[in-house]
Amino acid sequence: MTLSKNIIVGILALQGDYEAHKKQLQSLAVKAVEVRLESDLKNLDALIIPGGETTTMDKLINRFELRQPLINFCKNKPVFGTCAGLIMLSKKIEDNQSEVEPLGLLDIDVLRNGYGRQVFSFEDEININLGNGKSQMAATFIRAPKITRIGKGVKVLGEFKNEPVLISQNKVLASSFHAELGQDTSLLRYFLETFTSG
Amino acid sequence: MLKFDDKQYKVNVGLAEMLKGGVIMDVINAEQAKIAEDSGAAAVMALERVPSDIRADGGVARMSDPDIIEDIKRTVTIPVMAKCRIGHFVEAQVLEALEVDFIDESEVLTPADNKYHIDKWQFKVPFVCGCRNLGEALRRISEGAAMIRTKGEAGTGDVSEAVKHLREINSAMKALTIMSDEELFGAAKENQVSIELINIVSKTGKLPVPNFAAGGVATPADAALCMQLGAEAVFVGSGIFKADNPEKRAKAIVDATTHYKNAAQITESSRGLGEAMKGIQVAQIADEHLLHTR
Repeated sequence: MTLSKNIIVGILALQGDYEAHKKQLQSLAVKAVEVRLESDLKNLDALIIPGGETTTMDKLINRFELRQPLINFCKNKPVFGTCAGLIMLSKKIEDNQSEVEPLGLLDIDVLRNGYGRQVFSFEDEININLGNGKSQMAATFIRAPKITRIGKGVKVLGEFKNEPVLISQNKVLASSFHAELGQDTSLLRYFLETFTSG
Repeated sequence: MLKFDDKQYKVNVGLAEMLKGGVIMDVINAEQAKIAEDSGAAAVMALERVPSDIRADGGVARMSDPDIIEDIKRTVTIPVMAKCRIGHFVEAQVLEALEVDFIDESEVLTPADNKYHIDKWQFKVPFVCGCRNLGEALRRISEGAAMIRTKGEAGTGDVSEAVKHLREINSAMKALTIMSDEELFGAAKENQVSIELINIVSKTGKLPVPNFAAGGVATPADAALCMQLGAEAVFVGSGIFKADNPEKRAKAIVDATTHYKNAAQITESSRGLGEAMKGIQVAQIADEHLLHTR
């Protein structure tokens, strides 16, 4: 499949590493737009919800009345969430101390900081299968969530120690690790080629 | 000596990346931490007294009580940072044992070592350090800091030093990008850092780690000013809990940091906040009471 470069991808830029996603999009010559208000969602072909602090994103989504517009957008168009983005896309958060209200677009439950605090953050190889055979990729887990339940319609595309870390459902792709921090744009390419075509 | 390919270091710089576009708030107890989290802070910084009180009370300022840090950790889900004294590697060992998410080796506390900073490569937990200029920033990175912040002049409510430090670093980095090789060797010598690190900045025009602002931020407009000057996130110390209405001011500073290029939004955030911290002009502080020279 080839990459359509005429698409415009929005990145939720309330807080987090939205610049890292932007840099990756620009390296593929894809136009990236920062999304902070409902009006920024106009004319976008796809959306990325970046890594960052879930609690912060949740508060700002409410304060700037983005909840319903985001849900509406993600029901119709492709969305890619990494780490905090995956948590925001989930259906339920276990032990939800900060009472974050996820967007409920992926039929999964998650446990925030599933591997522990920062001293337990790590980089390691994960096993992936994006439909063209098994392979490995380096993945960065930073105060990362664990996926604790997977619904019937959810496909597992990547695992670490036999636990799902990369999943998809309909037009939603999500990873519990950060695919955006290094030079490797293969996962972003996969998202753009597979989810935004047609 | 640089271990930029070390996996732990990459993961630590990664956490700094995740805090970008956010506000990190100084808190002295769990109650303040909760207010900070509710306002949308991206992290909290635990310390014994806020900088303006340290300035007013005098005496030796040290790391927080571990009980208070644990109480804060239990109360919020956002990352918890804590300050240790410059060079006090045992305070840092304690903070690492407490599993804080970031350590600030901070000039706001009374320095424990007037000659050496902590060898931060010896730790698993990431460190942030303050700086006034590019040389300081790069020396701290050489020692293993995963994030840099301006020193500003903490506890004053006067943003002018933070602005000065941001501008200093920016123009020094810009200058490196157009230098010839012999000039770069000269810059390495002048800044007392390795040519390797100078070359990285020369190529990218940026620090190899995130660069945040701190010191004297008191209003939403102050935060947005730092962001527009190139800071990637903002630390707020005394500016929130020494103001009239901390809840409202904390939210307003978070909102202005998110929408830092949107004047209409910063205007909204600036309305009806009540009195800001009274503050003290940096120009009126005697040299021996300045924190940024530490």
